[in-house]
Amino acid sequence: MLVIKGIVKQFPGVRALDGVDLDVRAGEVHCLLGQNGAGKSTLIKVLAGAHQPDEGTIVFNGEQVRPASPIDAIRLGIATIYQELDLVDGLSVAENIFLGHEPAKLGFVNRAAAGKAAREVLERLGHGEIRPSAEVGRLSPAAKQVVSMARALSHDARLIIMDEPSAALAHDEVANLFRIIRELTAQGVAVVYISHRLEEIREIGDRVTVLKDGRTVAVGLAARDTPTTQIVSLMTGRNVEYVFPPRGGRTFGEEVLRVENLTAPGVFSDVSFSVRAGEIVGLAGLVGSGRSEILEAVYGARSATGRVLLDGRPAGRGVVGAVRRGMGLAPEERKAQALLLDQSVTANITLGSLPGFARFGWLDRKRERAEAKRLSEMLDIRPPDPERPIRTLSGGNQQKAVLARWLLGGRKLLLLDEPTRGVDVGARAELYAVIHDLAERGIGVLLVSSEVPEVLGLADRVLVLREGSVIHEGDAAELDEHRVLDMIMNGRAA
Amino acid sequence: MSEPTTDRRAAGVAALAPARRLGEMRHLGLLVALAILVVIGLVTRPENFATASNLVSILSLAATIGVITVGATFVIIGGGIDLSVGAVMALASVWATTLATQAYGPWVMAICAILVGTGAGLVSGWLIAYGRLVPFIATLAMLVAARGLAQRMSDRRTQLVQPENAALVDLSTTRVLGVPLLVYIFALVVALGWVVLNRTTFGRRTYAVGGNPEAARLAGIDVRRHTMLLYALSGLCCGIAAILIMARTTTGSSTHGDLYELDAIAAVIIGGTLLTGGRGTIIGSILGLLIFTLITNLFILNGLDTSDQLIAKGLIIVVAVLLQRRNLKERST
Repeated sequence: MLVIKGIVKQFPGVRALDGVDLDVRAGEVHCLLGQNGAGKSTLIKVLAGAHQPDEGTIVFNGEQVRPASPIDAIRLGIATIYQELDLVDGLSVAENIFLGHEPAKLGFVNRAAAGKAAREVLERLGHGEIRPSAEVGRLSPAAKQVVSMARALSHDARLIIMDEPSAALAHDEVANLFRIIRELTAQGVAVVYISHRLEEIREIGDRVTVLKDGRTVAVGLAARDTPTTQIVSLMTGRNVEYVFPPRGGRTFGEEVLRVENLTAPGVFSDVSFSVRAGEIVGLAGLVGSGRSEILEAVYGARSATGRVLLDGRPAGRGVVGAVRRGMGLAPEERKAQALLLDQSVTANITLGSLPGFARFGWLDRKRERAEAKRLSEMLDIRPPDPERPIRTLSGGNQQKAVLARWLLGGRKLLLLDEPTRGVDVGARAELYAVIHDLAERGIGVLLVSSEVPEVLGLADRVLVLREGSVIHEGDAAELDEHRVLDMIMNGRAA
Repeated sequence: MSEPTTDRRAAGVAALAPARRLGEMRHLGLLVALAILVVIGLVTRPENFATASNLVSILSLAATIGVITVGATFVIIGGGIDLSVGAVMALASVWATTLATQAYGPWVMAICAILVGTGAGLVSGWLIAYGRLVPFIATLAMLVAARGLAQRMSDRRTQLVQPENAALVDLSTTRVLGVPLLVYIFALVVALGWVVLNRTTFGRRTYAVGGNPEAARLAGIDVRRHTMLLYALSGLCCGIAAILIMARTTTGSSTHGDLYELDAIAAVIIGGTLLTGGRGTIIGSILGLLIFTLITNLFILNGLDTSDQLIAKGLIIVVAVLLQRRNLKERST
């Protein structure tokens, strides 16, 4: 039904897809597996018409196609249900289902027809209890998922792509999702299913395609019978070279951070650990395992019960208190959460320690520039002109500026969330060296990364998280990628 | 010997040049627009326009809204909006001219106006920062309520500044070097505003809070407190503006400052400050305001209809924003 060959998609500095093949049959559930950054989301976007491939062919229902826009793809019969559901909360269920293709005459929406058609689609999905007139914002996540699917069906989609549909669902809701998927496939609809949870893939999947570093490494494996070890090794055997600075030689000092029984209901529970001065502690886990949320809670940006002690004393209230007490965070979304894009590199670097540059509120701009210059040189931020607007720098250099921010003001603990996201390979090695350098200066580092090799290569100690709980804690040197992935995906504590 | 140093300096200048040039460019358009208006004035009314008395009247006219515009610039760069400025100024002028307040003399009247303005700003700011109200709604409510309170306090009557408090009126009648004192106050507020915005942590935080509140929060800035202070600062400016309008009109009235919020916001926008926050300048706002005031002046001098004047102002806002958008695009590529 769908045959993809040799798709290449390039972004500035990254080859996101580097020859992807995929072949999906009518009526099957085809699972797409791969680590973060393997190219799954880019592939989906190519199929959904949001990106145009640079090379390669897509054959759909025997015809070569090239969806130029999302509408184009929908008209072809390819519907996509994204991870963040793209529903309009303020509109009704029926309005959402027919958004963009309302049954209308002369511009007037035929509400009765829309309501009736919506009810039919919902009933077909086995969810007649969802009223077409209900406001979508008031529905449960599971019901929203159903509405998304109804929208896909209302387009007469022959191929539905689901990006981690179970991520937002509770256990029994997942069972219902699977029932719907089975009904769809029985009607000949093909489903491309993306999930990190191996057990789900075993349950619902027919065949599996594995992506790694933008390439297809295995096509059409049997979803039920292929051994886990084979799948995991397909996902991990890497081409990307990680260049980590040599481990060891560092001595750890006093305990800087102590976290006791940190709990945020439904997100993570009973998390306890500590970080010593000069130590790098890594949190490994999937999106949704609570890893970033734990970082936010430690930083005071998210409320949680339990205790966070900095140097043996409770951390101050909120982020302001945490920063005052010597914490710093390099957040996951660099542009949205860390940078002032319009401002200079200097202003971005000094943002976290402005009082240190001021007397009675008066900024010492000379000293500010001098410090920014010193740090730019130390971290080799390029181009070496701290007065440039930071938006003109590459991702790697922007990230260095974020790290530089926390080199000021005598920080004791740095929280790094995906420090190398969107950074090319060369700059990664530099960032790794910087992070090691930070630890050598006696700063405690708490690191989150969805790339397991990165956690293992950088950290001294690793906590493995699954669904909000720590399932393993141990020396990084004693773990390998294979074992960590196995724990993350199958929930087996070593 | 000296060669490498000069080289490096030259390189440094070259590296800085684009940024500098952009800074100048940003105001260049406004200056050109001002120049064109001046030329129009000189051509159409050669005998009246370039006189000292006309220039002084332009500046006096600009002073009141000008002070408010400084506060509005801070609020808008900080990512907010303050619709209540005119009403708050009216309330401050009424409160300061009640007989009870006037009994204490001109200084207390001035302090009263400033306290009322700042207090109203703090209330709006608190509602926005801690009560999570949208700035548009909170300050709209303040606009309506402050007007109402001013009407109630004054019984809808215009309150005169009493003869024994004429010292307050001296601000507009006493001239130094031919220019009334209130114009100096305006200049002082502009200068202070510029310094605070460009040379202090408060100013830097204002850009940060407006440009990316989440980044500011995660960098350890108390975004809520700062937001509240921004509206308090705007209120403070309204209080100062109330003193100026009492001096100029010798009255306090609930009808003062009607639609000032629109003029102030328009001036800020014409001056190149983004309504989305994070970017803008005081100088730009003041130039924007002068353009507006000059248009009013030219229409009056030429005896044209005030309706046409409004149409011209509307056009100027649109043209200014369109031009700026083009500039922005050029800069980001």
